[in-house]
Amino acid sequence: MGALRNLTITEQVGLLFVALFGVLALVTVVAFSRTLSERSDGQLAMHERFKRDLRAVWWGAVLFWVSWVLGAVAATLLFGIVSFVAFREFITLTHTRRADHRSLLLAFFVALPLQFMLAGSRHFDFFTVFIPVYVFFAIPVVSALGNDPQRFLERTAKIQWGVMVCIYGMSHAPALLLIDLPRYAGRGAFLVFYLVVVVATAQIAQELATRRLRRRPVARAISRSFSWRAWLIGAGASAFVGALLYWATPFKPIPALVMGFIAGATGTLGEFVMKALKRDAGVRTWGGKASVTGAVGVLDRVAPLCFAAPVFFHAVRWYFGL
Amino acid sequence: MKLADAAGLLLSFLARLITGAQGHWYGCPPKAEQRIYFANHQSHFDLVLIWAALPGDLRAVTRPIAARDYWTSSPLKQWITREIFNAVYVNRQRTDDQDPLEPLVEALHNGDSLVIFPEGTRGNKGDPQPFKSGLYHLAEQFPQVQLIPAWIDNVQRVMPKGEVVPVPILCSVTFGAPLQILPGEDKRAFLDRAREAVVSLRSVH
Repeated sequence: MGALRNLTITEQVGLLFVALFGVLALVTVVAFSRTLSERSDGQLAMHERFKRDLRAVWWGAVLFWVSWVLGAVAATLLFGIVSFVAFREFITLTHTRRADHRSLLLAFFVALPLQFMLAGSRHFDFFTVFIPVYVFFAIPVVSALGNDPQRFLERTAKIQWGVMVCIYGMSHAPALLLIDLPRYAGRGAFLVFYLVVVVATAQIAQELATRRLRRRPVARAISRSFSWRAWLIGAGASAFVGALLYWATPFKPIPALVMGFIAGATGTLGEFVMKALKRDAGVRTWGGKASVTGAVGVLDRVAPLCFAAPVFFHAVRWYFGL
Repeated sequence: MKLADAAGLLLSFLARLITGAQGHWYGCPPKAEQRIYFANHQSHFDLVLIWAALPGDLRAVTRPIAARDYWTSSPLKQWITREIFNAVYVNRQRTDDQDPLEPLVEALHNGDSLVIFPEGTRGNKGDPQPFKSGLYHLAEQFPQVQLIPAWIDNVQRVMPKGEVVPVPILCSVTFGAPLQILPGEDKRAFLDRAREAVVSLRSVH
């Protein structure tokens, strides 16, 4: 694998392209051929879920690829749009009142574009504190000016949590793309790729492990399938895949393994947290009200990434002492 | 392409960006028949939303009604409603010498479809207010025109009364089955039934 590291960027990109879309195409063909045989209802339901997950991986891969091809500005814009759509879904299913109107405007039209502009212009020090410090100060102030004390803490918390996941979390994907690491200039897209692949691996491996193990769930009221062992298997798989991909990253094999573990573990835990939020909102998926609101569940798809990206980003910065 | 057409495309793009502007056709297909769509009214954005939720080719023949005093009060508002929406203006205050329904009757005689809000004003409660009688009179005069109830969901959160900038929240318009005046049905009974038809669409998923 060390030889792969010495290839030029173009060669590595070509190899990545072939590997990524080759594997995806193979998995898709296999999955499709299995639908041709007869199966029970339970198996069909599981197969449907697998197909949905697979589609999400396809989306992630295409998103990554388009942003890589089009360059920094386009990548920032693209992830900004995904963030906007996800946040719109989050707010649609969240209880807000009239008095929150201005703070929602602030979140959508000031915080979101500014955060992505900070990422795009590589102001990473300000980028990491802009939302948790300044926006989290401004939102409750603007909400309070709305003159409505009813469920104030709850409303503010929900808006801030949405901002944290959908805007702050998501903005770390283009930040990874653009970060200048020592001796790694121009290859930020590999980090995003690494993150997307590793998180998707963790999700799929955890899903498969859950089916095989049938362990008792840790928190039945929130998720009927989440168990620590399945989670560990998912994170282990992502660590393994992360180590295999080390040649595409600035890490050596062992750190690549650890980074893969961190990203996969936080991604699947993030998904678990989103389940709790969904239970609270009384829906099964963020796209569950699709027939009413037109939500297509983008948030379901990007939530693990939104949780994993900030942790991964800061882990990378720590690793390089930036 | 004319400026108004371009502005119309931009406006429907913005409406989709902000609200998703999903149209759900449950009781009838989106067909180019002469129709009166009647819906609950919560926000100025209702007009834009129901217009954006209609398929493009229906937009050209479907005219929303707009309150004359409000929508002609500035040149911009007037330009938007006249050029983009091709709106029918109505007077909210009844004057002795003119029937407020006259412009609507004229539009229906021309073969246009209409979008009306029979509550007469924007409510900010969940349930629509009692319907005003205009719908009944139109239905009586034009029995061949289909009456389509529509429920606009969530839009009061996008732009509550008094605000001018919309917040991006997903909305939808649900279109129900056509309605008719039953033989011998009196005005109040019909209006209540029409209101029920709109409200019942709220729970259709």
